[in-house]
Amino acid sequence: MPERAEVRKKAEAARQKPGKFGPDIELSEYTLEAPAYEPRPLAEIDLVDRERLLSAGVDVSGEGRSGSFIQVDKSVIHASPTQEGIEVTSTRAALETYDWLEEYLWQVVSVDADKYTASAELNFQDGYFIRALPGARTVFPVQACLYLKEADISQNVHNIIIAEEGSELHIITGCATDSPELRGLHVGISEFYVKKNAKISFSMIHNWAPKISVRPRSGIRVEEGGVFLNNFICLHPVETLQLFPAAFLVGEGATARFNSVMMAPEGSHMDVGSKAVLSAPGTRCEMIARSITTGGEVINRGLLIGEVAGVKAHLECRGMILKGGGRIYAIPELDGKVEGVDMSHEAAVGKIARDEVEYLMARGLSEDEAVATIVRGFMNVDIEGLPPVLAEQIEQAIELSQQSLL
Amino acid sequence: MLEIEDLTVSIEGNRLLTDINLRIEDGETRMLFGENGSGKTSLLMAIMGLGDYQVESGRIRFKGEDITGLTPDERARRGIGIMFQRPPTIRGLKVKDMLEIIQRNGKDAEELAAQVNFTEFLERDINAGFSGGEIKRAELLQLMAQDPDLVLLDEPESGVDLVNLDVVGNAIGRLLQRDVHRGRSKSGLIITHSGYILDYVEADKGCVLVNETIWCTGNPHEIMKGIREHGYEECLTCQRELK
Repeated sequence: MPERAEVRKKAEAARQKPGKFGPDIELSEYTLEAPAYEPRPLAEIDLVDRERLLSAGVDVSGEGRSGSFIQVDKSVIHASPTQEGIEVTSTRAALETYDWLEEYLWQVVSVDADKYTASAELNFQDGYFIRALPGARTVFPVQACLYLKEADISQNVHNIIIAEEGSELHIITGCATDSPELRGLHVGISEFYVKKNAKISFSMIHNWAPKISVRPRSGIRVEEGGVFLNNFICLHPVETLQLFPAAFLVGEGATARFNSVMMAPEGSHMDVGSKAVLSAPGTRCEMIARSITTGGEVINRGLLIGEVAGVKAHLECRGMILKGGGRIYAIPELDGKVEGVDMSHEAAVGKIARDEVEYLMARGLSEDEAVATIVRGFMNVDIEGLPPVLAEQIEQAIELSQQSLL
Repeated sequence: MLEIEDLTVSIEGNRLLTDINLRIEDGETRMLFGENGSGKTSLLMAIMGLGDYQVESGRIRFKGEDITGLTPDERARRGIGIMFQRPPTIRGLKVKDMLEIIQRNGKDAEELAAQVNFTEFLERDINAGFSGGEIKRAELLQLMAQDPDLVLLDEPESGVDLVNLDVVGNAIGRLLQRDVHRGRSKSGLIITHSGYILDYVEADKGCVLVNETIWCTGNPHEIMKGIREHGYEECLTCQRELK
């Protein structure tokens, strides 16, 4: 049986398979139908709410970016790189261009993992292909936007990101909806390949809406000396969000770092974590999660698996329950399979400490200002290795979310 | 500058201070001596309006205004600044950013930090992993940025190594305008247990807190000498009771 058919068969078999984590979603309640939009230059894009995209880190002007990709529902309306050595196109177009690309599909994410991966295969609606050629380094980040516009839409995308040997790729992905009232489902498969001595920084900012369900499925393969930095920011309401990207550190000295900053208002359910399998000597992984609830539910997972001696990994998970209550459930897990692994974790869930508030008040800050300062500090995960423009963007997203907090 | 009248303070029903009377003039620096646990820190906390300290009776006036019922930030904005003995760590808040937030009178963070050998800490989270001496310098640095009119210092010399005692002492001296002969306007209330700070900061007066209240006032060096020779018990019978 040809390989393609085998993949389809596996997907068919998993069509009804619930996800391992997160509330089950009935896919038949969503439609795959949406108007088709033609590709157009950035300057002519009027299909999207630019403000909502901006708060997800996507600047439709394309200024300060090494390339842009924008998909509305199932239509790719723009894909273009602006830097030599960087490729930005739709997955469909890339599959037509490169025969070899088939070999990158469903390699680090299983097509039959659950109904969502199956749906992404069976109802494939494009996605982005971003690649840095050997030795190429992005001056500015590439931006990619996945946007929901049609009511009750189910968006199913498959993204492939490749950093060839010795290259460096910074990507900012913004996800947003056309209106805060929109109901919909986003399923996004992302497969990352970090080749020898290459680096990818991937910052994903979610700006969904209270009736949106989100099921990203990501896998990352990091080769010798490669670095993968993942930043996930979700500071806006979402009905249910569940993601658990897995990094496979297969080459000697490969490194992965996951940072996540989340804020769950009432009605939001976020089940977010990451997994790393350290299977080569000298591999490193660090996971840092900061979550805040103002009434929503956050489940913070983290799983580190050490398979060979000489690996080092740490997992830190902190949660803060603010006024309005809510729940934070931290599940850090370590799985050391041989002698000589060095893995640790720390987790803490609490409220804003009174002595910290008073400390700042004694310096002249009002109680509200003191709380805001503490929260901002709490969410200020030091993200190393990001270009300043990206760090600024993340900082800005956090600042914006603060205004709605107090 | 500061007038405390018949102040009685308790915490969760336990009385800590009884009928405290204290007056600090404009430009005056006052040393407050007392044993560990005598209530010195509680007095500073009550002046700043911090913690669960309940004022049962009495008044605290600052620049003529009754501030007894004000919140700590209201007191800080009126010009009171405090050095904490064990300040909390605030994750993600860099020393530099803190200075920018609290600075009064356009003070430059880099310049101030250089004065207390603290430049290399500007990018660090406030109080995160600081040693005892580093905490003192961080606290002083914040006070320098805040530029208060009344400075409350809680054992500024404790935990500071000999090399940095000089730095800390000089910084306190500048905060309290001890280098200014005329028109000195800044006042200070400094808690000391060991008295070492007297070698670095010239104080106008000293007083002793024993058995929940203030007993004695006078030349700080003389008082310290008396305490070293006769202990705090002596203060209870001292003629210079401040009532």
